[in-house]
Amino acid sequence: MPRKQKPFTMSEIAIRVKKIIVDKLGVDEAEVTNEASFTNDLGADSLDTVELIMEFEKEFNISIPDEQAETITTVGQAVAYLEEHAK
Amino acid sequence: MQARRIVVTGIGALTPIGNNVETYWNNLINGVSGADMITQFDASKFKTRFACEIKGFDPTEFMDRKEARKLDRFAQIALVASDQAVLDAGITKENVDHDRVGVIFASGIGGLTTFTEEVTNFVNGDGTPRFNPFFIPKMILDIAAGQISMKHGFRGPNYAVVSACASSTNAIISAMDNLKLGKADIIITGGSEAVIGIAGMGGFNAMKAMSERNDDPKTASRPYDKDRDGFVMGEASGVLVLEELEHAIRRGAKIYCEVVGGGATADAYHLTAPHPEGLGAKNVMNAALRDAGMQANEIDYINTHGTSTPLGDIAEAKAIIDVFGEHAYNLNISATKSMTGHCLGAAGVIEAIACIQTVIHDIIPPTINHFTDDPDLDPRLNFTFNKAEKRVVNAALSNTFGFGGHNACVIVKKYKA
Repeated sequence: MPRKQKPFTMSEIAIRVKKIIVDKLGVDEAEVTNEASFTNDLGADSLDTVELIMEFEKEFNISIPDEQAETITTVGQAVAYLEEHAK
Repeated sequence: MQARRIVVTGIGALTPIGNNVETYWNNLINGVSGADMITQFDASKFKTRFACEIKGFDPTEFMDRKEARKLDRFAQIALVASDQAVLDAGITKENVDHDRVGVIFASGIGGLTTFTEEVTNFVNGDGTPRFNPFFIPKMILDIAAGQISMKHGFRGPNYAVVSACASSTNAIISAMDNLKLGKADIIITGGSEAVIGIAGMGGFNAMKAMSERNDDPKTASRPYDKDRDGFVMGEASGVLVLEELEHAIRRGAKIYCEVVGGGATADAYHLTAPHPEGLGAKNVMNAALRDAGMQANEIDYINTHGTSTPLGDIAEAKAIIDVFGEHAYNLNISATKSMTGHCLGAAGVIEAIACIQTVIHDIIPPTINHFTDDPDLDPRLNFTFNKAEKRVVNAALSNTFGFGGHNACVIVKKYKA
């Protein structure tokens, strides 16, 4: 079976991740740097973080296991995870 | 020990006929109907396609989008109306001990629309539960009380009160009792309801409880008219700041009126139908009069539950004659639901606000949409049909009754030192 081609380029994923974060956390795009932590820098509480993960799952049509989700705490980590796993 | 007296020092309201107290009152005395075709969802296949919606409400004018998204509409309007009331009462961080300010806030149903959306998402999915983490804290009925406390830092008694369409009257009574017992100095009370959605409209339609006069929404809510055919759904939030009198005087608060009595009873009769002789309604008015230490002939105005249902309107009229005797014919009576529709758990408080305005302004808002007399109603009762009347109102009584047979009644009176 031929390897399925990834429909997104890397930067496209980063753009879409950032758009979700801006939308859900109500923050300025400029604040959404790769290093920014959802809870420490972007004002998310524990429920916000759960919602973000759900939105990533919906946007990229994947399922992120809880133990993986717990390791995604910054914008960069989210982008990296999704670049690797987005179908 | 002399009983503590309780006064109203702040009022807020979002209603189908005005998004603040002043507009609401002006439209009440001008006989304006809040009914129109439903805009919040596609109701084209529903038996009832109209309701009394709050007009032009955009939550992002009052809170940021992120906050608005985490609140069901019923909690959004609760926050906005309570902001109005707190501002009106002149409560600041400095002039009031926030540990002594409570919030006792009602809703009949709570976040039904949120519940509907979340469950619909699940049903339309592949069976994997993907519920939003804000689903529960957005939907639960007590969250309005919690949100109001968090917004203002009020750390006194805090809970919700539920008794269907009597809910916010019961909340006012609970607030009054807490203040009388010295458990707080100020309580923010009232209620909120916003269930104009598929489940709210579909559910009440299934009970045959709502008017289906789709060709003429504005005249559909016609309490005491011979051709009434059910209630018209409304949505609203109303808020009262209740305060112990001495506390209000000490901080120099303006005093709108005194809340002098409350009563609560049950019909113990049927799920949804009122007791045919209005037994629970009669008992609740007597209980409120006793609590106020007043005689029946001291009441000038009754804002009835008067929902425009065939049975309910008659039972309540009978109860009024039972309680008030000959004085029943001297009273002004009106059903302001003819204008606001039936705002369920918020009905009690917005009608209490109407009563408060009558004792302030000495004007009785009308029962609009009266076309044909109902032969089953005593023609000597004055339902203030179609046009407001001037009258000195020393004391006004507000009735509300809820599915389950709950009855609640409050009495407000001109404040006299």
